[in-house]
Amino acid sequence: MKCGIVVFPGSNCDHDCYHILKHVLHLDTQWIWHKDETLDTFDFIVLPGGFSYGDYLRPGAIARFSPIMKSVIDYANRGGRLLGICNGFQILVESGLLPGVLMDNAGQKFICKNLTLRVDNNQTPFTSQCRPGEVLKIPINHGQGRYYADDETLKRLVDNDQIVFRYCDAEGNTPETANPNGSLDHIAGIANQAKNVMGMMPHPERCADPLWPEVDGQTIFNSLIQSSLTPS
Amino acid sequence: MTASTPIPITPVMVAEHGLSPEEYARIQELLGRDPNLVELGIFSAMWSEHCSYKSSRPHLKTLPTEGPRVIQGPGENAGVVDIGDGLAAVFKIESHNHPSFIEPHQGAATGVGGIMRDVFTMGARPIALLDSLRFGDLDHEKTRYLLNGVVKGIADYGNCVGVPTVGGDIYFDACYKGNILVNVFCLGLAKADRIFLGKASGVGNAVLYVGSKTGRDGIHGASMASAEFDDATEEKRPTVQVGDPFTEKLLLEACLEIMKEDWVVGVQDMGAAGLSSSSFEMAERAGMGIELDLDAVPRRESGMNAYEIMLSESQERMLFVVEKGHEDDALAIFKKWDLDVAVIGRVTDDGIFRARENGAEVVNLPIKTVVTGALKCDRPTQKPAYLSEVGKLDLSSKEIPERGDEALKRLLASPTIASKQYVYEQYDHMVRLNTLVLPGSDAAVLRVPETRKALSLSVDCNPRYGYLDPYTGAQIAVAEACRNVACSGAEPVGVTNCLNFGNPENPEIMWQFQEAVRGLGDLCRFFDIPVVSGNVSLYNETKGEAIYPTPTIAVVGLMEDWSLHCTQGFKQAGHRIGLLGSTLEELGGSEYQKLFWNECRGRPPQLDPKTERAVQRLCLDLIRQRLIRSAHDCSEGGLAVALAESCFTGPKPLGADLVLSGGMRADALLFGESQSRIVISFSEDALPSIESLAKQAGVPFAVVGTAGGSKFQIKIDGNEFINEDILTLEDIWKHSLGLYGNRVAG
Repeated sequence: MKCGIVVFPGSNCDHDCYHILKHVLHLDTQWIWHKDETLDTFDFIVLPGGFSYGDYLRPGAIARFSPIMKSVIDYANRGGRLLGICNGFQILVESGLLPGVLMDNAGQKFICKNLTLRVDNNQTPFTSQCRPGEVLKIPINHGQGRYYADDETLKRLVDNDQIVFRYCDAEGNTPETANPNGSLDHIAGIANQAKNVMGMMPHPERCADPLWPEVDGQTIFNSLIQSSLTPS
Repeated sequence: MTASTPIPITPVMVAEHGLSPEEYARIQELLGRDPNLVELGIFSAMWSEHCSYKSSRPHLKTLPTEGPRVIQGPGENAGVVDIGDGLAAVFKIESHNHPSFIEPHQGAATGVGGIMRDVFTMGARPIALLDSLRFGDLDHEKTRYLLNGVVKGIADYGNCVGVPTVGGDIYFDACYKGNILVNVFCLGLAKADRIFLGKASGVGNAVLYVGSKTGRDGIHGASMASAEFDDATEEKRPTVQVGDPFTEKLLLEACLEIMKEDWVVGVQDMGAAGLSSSSFEMAERAGMGIELDLDAVPRRESGMNAYEIMLSESQERMLFVVEKGHEDDALAIFKKWDLDVAVIGRVTDDGIFRARENGAEVVNLPIKTVVTGALKCDRPTQKPAYLSEVGKLDLSSKEIPERGDEALKRLLASPTIASKQYVYEQYDHMVRLNTLVLPGSDAAVLRVPETRKALSLSVDCNPRYGYLDPYTGAQIAVAEACRNVACSGAEPVGVTNCLNFGNPENPEIMWQFQEAVRGLGDLCRFFDIPVVSGNVSLYNETKGEAIYPTPTIAVVGLMEDWSLHCTQGFKQAGHRIGLLGSTLEELGGSEYQKLFWNECRGRPPQLDPKTERAVQRLCLDLIRQRLIRSAHDCSEGGLAVALAESCFTGPKPLGADLVLSGGMRADALLFGESQSRIVISFSEDALPSIESLAKQAGVPFAVVGTAGGSKFQIKIDGNEFINEDILTLEDIWKHSLGLYGNRVAG
């Protein structure tokens, strides 16, 4: 099984994703340089977190024009599995692979902390190993993670089961206090209609190394591995 | 404009460059002629206090800097300590006080950028940042703006580059209202046999400029940081540089990539005094000369002259020396990372610095003269007059409270003591997956990738102790930082310091400085920990009002087995709570004294180095033998605050039932800040072993209670003194700073 991690200038969670996929989960893991124009064959690709192009203009707004993105978009449109984490999610939104926008956090401050999210669709390649409604403990780390979409888009997301994760409390409920950044409908992660592309603000790679007691992030990578074993 | 028409140097120009008439006479004497304007600018920057350490160097020379682990001591971009497995810890702390007061966001951001470059120029990948911050009291109109600006500046820069900010400390005191302190520490990891130094050796080798283009920002930053502030200080805002963390990230990756090559000779960050200091210092260390073609320097705007190019402090720039013949290899790597890069000169063998502009020579200076020729300042010292007055403290006139509940709540709400969650949640403290102990314990602990080892980091300095007695204050700063590291299960292996003081031209300030350095040196020698790097920040003074002496100490500790790390929170109900060390009736310089009596007077807590060492060693033994489940240093707010913090910071909040014996004022017993004390917790069956090890070590040890329940209760000699709901206390402690920081106005 082979996976790829795209390195944009300013990506900084690329090494962490690499560590988890290569050293913890023992996958054949390759770097994909942003200046490349063609893509090798991969079972899945990760757009990692960080500050691609310094987040200048808007997070993800410049990265979408990287030479590699044309191939990445083609890959996704052909059904390839694509996971965007944090800045990767922002790039997916900017490049039109996912709907909506990610705005400044409601509190106007960067937030780095552990929190809980609820799996609201476990029928995706990214969550197949999760129980329905399972509560995962995964940290967030962003300044612009407040998801927003217009009513029509939100309705479509709900109708198509595209909302994969919602911020919640430890019991899986969604009171206002469990929404760290003011995201619409507590949205923490969404998939495209075909469910082969997912973006999420929380960082599963930060809780997937058994060195720490919390390894809920492994569930997401394990789901990707399992679903890659069965042809899509 | 060109420098072809020489402008005569007038006494006014000399004064504007911060040089004294004596210093100017020395320049004329050393050169045998008048300098031109560009040369005067170079002398001004290089002989500034900030670059030359002219006031502090005689004292700094007394510090212990050697040890079996030391690979590189002070004098380079950062210190280097061998940690085994072929690896080295590279670290340094540096101040960015003056710019942060003038423009908190950019001032703090560029402070983070500068210290990271100091570490990665050595060939190390930065893996952690700490920040030691000092602000004025909360009532001061600018404090909230400065706090939020500094924190956002640190966050914007460190988060973007992808280096976790894993800890630090923050104090609030009125003495900082006109001069805040922003001291940033960076730790990197390198291969022990691949350390790069700032040396320009090898005649004919190429001098490369890489990073951001040079602009007009920051000209005279070094001189600004070498003068007191006055009412016109805010007009100096244009001397504060603007940071670009994105370029820093590219520069970091490109530097680490090029440093894998054998043909890299030397490298230095263009920090204070920019191109001048980096080229002069690199050539001086190698005993060589340098010639530069200033027309080749990448520039942000046209029309910049030699003066501006030599003195700009634009950020994210480095000077590399590579072997001749490898210029194109070097250019290819930097271009891969989309960085501006140019060959701007060559190494020569005559010890002269030459710079050409439009083909004409505009600088011709002997390098050694510029780097080491500053007038030695044997500045006079005098014991400050205030000490005889503030040394007096008569506790018998002070009322002893009947109960301690309110006092504890006020202490927990004090922003110096309250949780710093509001701040550290704005910092990425997890990236790179090394942070084993997240912010909020005594020390941050980071694993060393691909080994069993971990490094523990702590930074500390209580300025009130330093005000009352700079010698003891500095000793306590070292002792406490080491104690924090010991509480995490690590052994200190190196110290770096950032010495923040007022105007050294005042003999009383110079006395504080001398005493603090003496205290720092004495304790480091006693503990046998080398001081491997450091930074001095003087002139932290506004309109004659100086900050308290603030010798900030950062300590790096090593543990051989990361699984033996320890944290400060109580782990489960039923665990017994114990205290290592003894409590004396000491309230001088305490947070309690300040909060309730609004004064800072008396003697700071005593520090007996032997006792301190015994307590730390015992704590380490207990952790290594897995006898204790938590360890927490007693510091500001004393025993009661330390106990409460251990209750809040475990996996879930726990109450505690505590029984103490008196023998002194109840407020001193609970809120006094006696040194060399550690709160521990353990399961009952470990008690006999702990007792016997404590006895062997000669360390006083007492069981003081049990963790559990929903109340925080303390009885003294059978009388209830504190009884409060633990969640109420936690709420106060956890949210006090955020409530202040988030308040919109007033």
